[in-house]
Amino acid sequence: MPHDHHDHPHSLLPPEPALRVKALETILTRKGLIDPAALDEIIETYETKIGPQNGARVVARAWADPAFRAALLTDATAAVSEMGFYGRQAEHVVAVENTPVQHNMVVCTLCSCYPWPLLGIPPAWYKSDAYRARAVREPRRVLAEFGVGLPPETAVRVWDSTAEVRYLVIPMRPEGSEGMSEKELAGLVTRDSMIGTGLARVPS
Amino acid sequence: MSRVHDMGGRFGHGPVIPDAPDAPVFAEDWHRRALAVTLAAGGLGQWNLDMSRRAREQLSPKDYVTFSYYEKWISALADLLVERGVLTADDLRGVSEAEQHALAERALKAAAVPEVLARGGPSEREGGPEPAFAAGDAVRTVRPAGNRLVEGGHTRLPGYASGARGRVLRCHGAHVLPDSNAHGLGEAPEPLYAVIFAASELWTHPEHPSDEVVLDLWQSYLEPA
Repeated sequence: MPHDHHDHPHSLLPPEPALRVKALETILTRKGLIDPAALDEIIETYETKIGPQNGARVVARAWADPAFRAALLTDATAAVSEMGFYGRQAEHVVAVENTPVQHNMVVCTLCSCYPWPLLGIPPAWYKSDAYRARAVREPRRVLAEFGVGLPPETAVRVWDSTAEVRYLVIPMRPEGSEGMSEKELAGLVTRDSMIGTGLARVPS
Repeated sequence: MSRVHDMGGRFGHGPVIPDAPDAPVFAEDWHRRALAVTLAAGGLGQWNLDMSRRAREQLSPKDYVTFSYYEKWISALADLLVERGVLTADDLRGVSEAEQHALAERALKAAAVPEVLARGGPSEREGGPEPAFAAGDAVRTVRPAGNRLVEGGHTRLPGYASGARGRVLRCHGAHVLPDSNAHGLGEAPEPLYAVIFAASELWTHPEHPSDEVVLDLWQSYLEPA
C-alpha cells in the first residue's frame, strides 16, 4: 500500500511556483487556518534572529573555555540549550570536533536535515541534488569545490543526517587566534566551517 | 525499491556551487512564504514530521527532479492537506466557499510563534525495545533497504548503505520510528544508533582508505555482524 497518488492534488493549483504558494496561502488564510501575522513572525525569526551567528558563538565558546568544550562534546543538546539555542530542527544535537587527523562534514542525502537553531535555514547548495548525491561518495572532490584541500593524513568522516540528530562541526581553531576574545573568535567561525565544507577564517 | 529522493552516492551530478558570502536567507520572496505557510500549516497538528517528509518523497519522480526545493515543499503541503482531509480538491480549485474552517481555532498565532519554534518536536521517547547493540559492536544493515511495514513506504535507510557492515559508534536512546510514524501506524520508538562505515564498504572507488561515513540507524535496520 504505497499511497501513491497518480493525480496529485497539487496539480490543481497554478503551476508557476510563486503563484502556487500565493494560491495556497490565500485558501488557507480565507479559511482561518493560517494567520498572515504568524507567517511574518516566522519569516522574521529565520531572517534576523536565528542564523549561523548562533552556532559561531557555540564554537567560539568551545575554543575559549575547556570546560564548555568538554560539556559540548559530552551532551551538546544540554550545552547549546543552556545558551538558548534549542528548538525546531535541533532537538537532539551532537557536536563533532575537527582535528589534524579527522575532518567532519555533514550532509542529509535523503532530504535537507540541518540544525536550524544553530545555523539557520540551510543554503541552496546544501539542499542541492549534487551535494546530497556526492558528499557521501566523494567528499574530497566536493571540498575542493569549496576551496578546501586536506592533507593525506587527515581522514574525512561524513555524517549523513538520517534521523532527528543534528550534527554541529567544531572547526579547528586557527593559528594566530591566541588571546582573542570569544566575540572576536566568533567572527572567525563561518557557517560552512560548522557544516564541514569550510575552515575557520585565519585572523588577518 | 528506491524512491527518487534517495540520492546518496548517485553519479552524474555536476559541481556543488557554493553561495556568495552575502547571499540572502531566501533567494525569492515566494521561498519565504512557502517556508512560513508550511510551518504554520504544520501547526494545525494534522500530521507529523515523518508524514511531511513522506509527502515530499511521494511526489512523482518527474516532479521531484524538476521542482525546485520550495516547490517540493508547497506541492507536498497541498497533497498532505487533501490527504489528511483538511482541504478538498474543490478548495484547491478555488470553487468552494471560503468559510471559516473547523480547525481555524488551532491556527498558529503570531504571539505563539517564538514558543512553538523554540519548543520543537523532540523524537526521543521512553520505552521501546531494549538496546540490542552497544558502542563498538559490529553490525550489518538490512538488505534490501525499504520499509518493512508498508510497501514502498517511508524509510531512513538509504540504499547506498544497505547490506553494509559497520560498527556502532554510539546509541542516541530510543527515537520515533519514521517507517511507522510516517504512515500513521504509531510512533513505535526503537533504539537509534550512530553507525560508522568505512568508505570502502560503501563505494567501489573510495577517495581515501581512511575515509568513513556515519549514519543514524534504527535498531530494526540492523543485524549483528
